Amino acid sequence: MLWISCPICGERPVNEFRFGGELPQVPDSITDADARNVDYVWMVNNVRGVTTERWFHAAGCRRWLTLRRDTIIDTIVG
Amino acid sequence: MNEFVETLLDLQWHEPKRSYDVVIIGAGGHGLATAYYLATRHGIGDVAVVEASYIGSGNSGRNTTIIRANYGIAESVRFYQHSVDLYATLEEETGCKIMHATKGLIWLAHTEMAMRAERSRSLMNLACGAETVMITPAEAKRLCPQLDLSGGGRYPVLGASYHPGAATARHDRVVWAYAHGAMRRGVHILPRTPVVGLLRDGERVVGVQTSAGPISAGVVLSAVGGNVTTVAAMADLRLPIRTHPLQALVTNAYAQGFGPIVSDSELLCYVSQTARGQMLMGAEFDSQPSYSMQSSYEFLQSVAAKVTHLLPFLRDLRVLRQWTGICDISPDYSPIMGFTGVDGLLVTTGWGTWGFKAIPAGGEAMAELIASGVTPRLIASFGLARFAADHAMADQGSAGTR
Repeated sequence: MLWISCPICGERPVNEFRFGGELPQVPDSITDADARNVDYVWMVNNVRGVTTERWFHAAGCRRWLTLRRDTIIDTIVG
Repeated sequence: MNEFVETLLDLQWHEPKRSYDVVIIGAGGHGLATAYYLATRHGIGDVAVVEASYIGSGNSGRNTTIIRANYGIAESVRFYQHSVDLYATLEEETGCKIMHATKGLIWLAHTEMAMRAERSRSLMNLACGAETVMITPAEAKRLCPQLDLSGGGRYPVLGASYHPGAATARHDRVVWAYAHGAMRRGVHILPRTPVVGLLRDGERVVGVQTSAGPISAGVVLSAVGGNVTTVAAMADLRLPIRTHPLQALVTNAYAQGFGPIVSDSELLCYVSQTARGQMLMGAEFDSQPSYSMQSSYEFLQSVAAKVTHLLPFLRDLRVLRQWTGICDISPDYSPIMGFTGVDGLLVTTGWGTWGFKAIPAGGEAMAELIASGVTPRLIASFGLARFAADHAMADQGSAGTR
């Protein structure tokens, strides 16, 4: 199981956390304001490799964390 | 010997060309069905299906083979019902045995809320041409005598919806049937040929760059499972798709036999019996997106706890095998089919936990779209543009989705 190091609670199992999605990164190539909103709301990079994401410690301190995770091996890298 | 023992299908491999009318990325069910229907229904045989591994090596070989149409929104019910109908005649059409068996599906409800959901599902299904009826616990018990109506004391069965048209088929035979039919009509299937890039002419996609060199194409269809965002990124396209692992497991053979498929949207699990007699079960996909195919003990534990509440006989069986596939989950739990906004690039994706049952209808619709250039009505609601139009097709009609 994936373990996540929470700065307040320490190493905790992933099922205490809620996945909050990758950090939204609307590409600069999209200039239209409406198109940027659509992209912000729906689109993701879904990176195969290291990605930066938000996690919510729902069954712990109830704080949001920003973590880097390798999605190929499903492991937190920092 | 029985009806399922037969000689291997005679696949005809071709020398790859440098250019095709249509290049399909991914030789899984959807890619091969599209190629098959292009060749049979539209006379377009100048098609290549490029595959990174062997045919059916992705989710087409990892799913739990359930075919049903009891979804929650009208567009989905019509689409999947068409797929159920196509599956029923697929053996006849392709001449290949796919071990299709109609079994019926019981969808259990343990609370008044779930009863309401099942009643509304039944009525929606009946209105859209799929047969689903409400049944009492006693009727459920008659259809599936192994069921514990008290749910192990914790999940009493208040009622269920019953979908008699639900079926199963052997998944790799479906893939081979389409591959065989397509190759016989001149479609080239290129296994062990990973796509590493897309050929561009300005904004337009004009082919694929593979490990064996470039292949130009009039139109490129991504029928990739799991890695579709990687393919889309080659065309600077972002998709609303997250890749989640989905696990399943089988036990050793259960000789007494198990008739229907049992599904449960409150416990989020489903159980059926394979043609070999093994009990096949699955549950919801892993909560965080990842490309990891590592099966987890936590999944095994959670599924075992759920299914033994409903079907106590499973306690006496042993788990033979557990595996993982990586599937594309769209934000509204409906597929994404058709134009992408990038000229020359089409997608059929978002097949999440409901891709196998959609293979014939999805392939047929994508073939029609490629041949005519117009999105067929059956899939008109499932385009990528629905997100920008704020018309998401929210449907949690799958046992694998919350």
